[in-house]
Amino acid sequence: MTSVAAPAAASFPATRRRLDRDDILMRLGICLLIGWMLVTLVLPLGMLLLKSFKNQQGDFIGLANYIHYFSTPALFASVWNSLFIAVTSTAIVLPLAFVYAYALQRSCMRWKGLFQALALIPILAPSLLPAISLIYLFGNQGFLKGWMFGVSIYGAVGIIISQVFYCFPHALMILVAALSMADARLYEAADALGASKTRVFFTVTLPGAKYGVISAGFVIFTLVITDFGIAKVIGGRFNVLATDIFKQVIGQQNFEMGAVVGFILLIPAVVAFAADRIIQRRQVALLSARAVPLEPRPVPRRDWGLFAFCALVGGLIFGLLAMSAWASFVTRWPYNLALTLKNYAFGDFDTNGWAAYWNSVVLATWTAAIGTGVVFLGAYLMEKTRGFAWGRGLAQFMAMLPMAVPGLVLGLAYIFFFNARGNPLGFIYATMIILVVNSVTHFYTVSHLTATTSLKQLDPEFEAVSASLKVSLLRTMARVTVPVCLPGVLDISIYLFVNAMTTVSAVIFLYSTDTKLAAVTIINMDESGFTAAAAAMAITIVATSAAVKIAHVVLTHRLARTTQAWRRR
Amino acid sequence: MTTPGTVANAAPYLRIERLTKRYGPFVALKDISLDIFPGEFVCFLGPSGCGKTTLLRAIAGLDVQTSGRIFQADKEISNLPASHRDFGIVFQSYALFPNLTVTANVGYGLVSRGLPKVEIATRVNELLRLVGMPDAGRKYPAQLSGGQQQRVALARALALSPGLLLLDEPLSALDARVRAYLRIEIRRLHQRIGVTTIMVTHDQEEALTMADRIVVMNQGVIEQVGTPVEVYRKPASAFVADFVGTTNFLPGVVVRPGVVRFGDIDLACDLDIQPGPGSDVTLAIRPEDVVVRNIVAATLNTFPARVTDIEFLGSFCRVGLAINGGAPSLVADFSINVVRDLSIVEGKELPIALPPGRLRVFPRAPQKP
Repeated sequence: MTSVAAPAAASFPATRRRLDRDDILMRLGICLLIGWMLVTLVLPLGMLLLKSFKNQQGDFIGLANYIHYFSTPALFASVWNSLFIAVTSTAIVLPLAFVYAYALQRSCMRWKGLFQALALIPILAPSLLPAISLIYLFGNQGFLKGWMFGVSIYGAVGIIISQVFYCFPHALMILVAALSMADARLYEAADALGASKTRVFFTVTLPGAKYGVISAGFVIFTLVITDFGIAKVIGGRFNVLATDIFKQVIGQQNFEMGAVVGFILLIPAVVAFAADRIIQRRQVALLSARAVPLEPRPVPRRDWGLFAFCALVGGLIFGLLAMSAWASFVTRWPYNLALTLKNYAFGDFDTNGWAAYWNSVVLATWTAAIGTGVVFLGAYLMEKTRGFAWGRGLAQFMAMLPMAVPGLVLGLAYIFFFNARGNPLGFIYATMIILVVNSVTHFYTVSHLTATTSLKQLDPEFEAVSASLKVSLLRTMARVTVPVCLPGVLDISIYLFVNAMTTVSAVIFLYSTDTKLAAVTIINMDESGFTAAAAAMAITIVATSAAVKIAHVVLTHRLARTTQAWRRR
Repeated sequence: MTTPGTVANAAPYLRIERLTKRYGPFVALKDISLDIFPGEFVCFLGPSGCGKTTLLRAIAGLDVQTSGRIFQADKEISNLPASHRDFGIVFQSYALFPNLTVTANVGYGLVSRGLPKVEIATRVNELLRLVGMPDAGRKYPAQLSGGQQQRVALARALALSPGLLLLDEPLSALDARVRAYLRIEIRRLHQRIGVTTIMVTHDQEEALTMADRIVVMNQGVIEQVGTPVEVYRKPASAFVADFVGTTNFLPGVVVRPGVVRFGDIDLACDLDIQPGPGSDVTLAIRPEDVVVRNIVAATLNTFPARVTDIEFLGSFCRVGLAINGGAPSLVADFSINVVRDLSIVEGKELPIALPPGRLRVFPRAPQKP
């Protein structure tokens, strides 16, 4: 109780609400979450920063490492190379993905479902896969090498083509969402005012999708600049920041310089991320509740034109995938094209053999299980805790950070932090645990946003109703919140599974001989010249991701019929 | 049912003492004090942003006040969390759990109490009958209309027999016909179970028809507390006169006690306030209080006016009047009978009277919304 003041007193005591059990539990939960993020994200990054100011003997040398980096043209050139690759890939992917998304959302083209599925395939694959395919097509022994007119596929050209393949679905998903919302009345008004098709496109369609386009641009830029696998496989002598880190750390054992490059790689990623957040904040809901959804009408010439475009792009995507698939079954490229399964006997090419694949499955399963729990519970606490604004704000901010941290940088930071002498958590170093923790952290932000979106669709007064009915929030969470959010929860777990299955950059520094992963063996086998086996492993990963994805679709469908009966009117 | 006359003697069920709520520099509630008596149906009425919902949420413990005290049934609840207070609540959005059946929704709080199943089932059936939905138990909320969902929400709020029922704009999301019907239903329900009820609304018609007492709020302060008739007949401020019903506002200057000059017309008024001669005041009169019949030489406050326009509204006409050849400055509601008998048409000159007992005088200029 507050102390009782005389009613006439000029200064009235401020009321502090007493906390009930739910409040205490939830605040405790948020503190735990902040602690988790400190250990898995903030402290490791701090160690990375610290390391970049030291020499190999561990003495503090200020900015000397940075000065050395910027005054060595061989190192500094990578900055320009990385920016060049990222900007060029973005410039190519954006228009392609926009037209493709436009065809899916705004035309009456045939086979939309097929084209959508085709375009999303690259998400299920490690980024290395297109690079391997390109080597088969245009590499030193590629059967289409002549098409390159003497230009080597190893280098900027190969990297850019692979990045376009790898980034396309990510951009497409954002643009499809951006183009899905349209108010038919705007188009009718434009028609009534006699605007030409071109004018309508530039005054109605494009402005409506503006924020999606900007967001997609930043996403591609960040993906390209932080990706490691593609440049490693097909980059040749073309150095980029991501491969530089690897060379410094693994090749030269110069951890300090690796930390410097890592920090430099962090800058463009953080800038792109911050710029995107600032621009998105200016977005206002263009679609009022009264909007009439736009139903595309058939325009045969346009529809067939778009069909041809999608067939071409979708065909190329499928072609790249099929190339690797075919190569993985070929006996000896290009001399003996007889089909065989021997490339799948991974034990013949890598000491870990199939064990690496099973490690990946274990990692992906744990990441999905633990990650979904942590992320959903975290998002719930941030959304529903009453009061405690600073705690919620801090957790919210930390949940957004991983998006801006490249996997390679996070992995390096983990070495410094968990391998540091005296760290009581050091025992997880070189185990499966550190891989799971790293993957959960690396893919936290997108999962968190999915969970938040899903939670925001619930009536904000459920918790108030529970309190008035004297029901604990835990019970309401179990009875109502989780069941209603189940589709979102499944989406998160599948996202985490597929990403943990395919990622290279986040784990390349952290695996041990016992926990080597499938995607890592692809790089190793490719380095040792076993390209066919590398392709076979990549295809195995795609098949696994695809199987899980299909299971997810089936499960969601089944769930919609059994446990989600209440959604039907 | 309680009447305003009797409640004043009883001890208040809910006492709010000097409640203030700040959001940073913005003051949502300024030093609010209010007593609510057992069994009363009170409406918090005001425009959006006036603080009425903030006050309701402070009473529920959902958004705690910055300072001030609240007592419920003689117990101080100022700093209790919502889960430790005694109330049932209904929201504009219904907030029904979409994945639970109507039965599970209504029984939600009962199940947690650990009551035997049979007892819960009996109670749920009883509640569903009470809100007139005895057969809806097996349905999901999405299968019900808005009005039906709101009844279920009402049953759920009453399940634990709370001492206080809080309704936060419960009818605002419904269409006009359902709204009018549910208005009567809620009122009838209140009379049957007699639970002390507070309803927040921005709809003056809702407040006038349902409340025992209305608390009119504006910009974080209470403008007036009174029965519907008091609030309508004797608005305590220009804001209330303007917000509840329609009112003509005329600028005037006090000539001497009991007389206010409007233009060059001296009007006799019953002055509640006592501003000195020469003070600027605002005169207010409802359109239906403007008199045109039975005007004789002795009738006070009589002057000629000209009809500038007539708006036909079914059972009556709203007539624009210009005084002394000026611009239209007054509207009056005349019944169809009057319009016919006096053959009122546009341009007609006729004498009108503003009865002194119907004229209200306020100290400052009204703020037109």
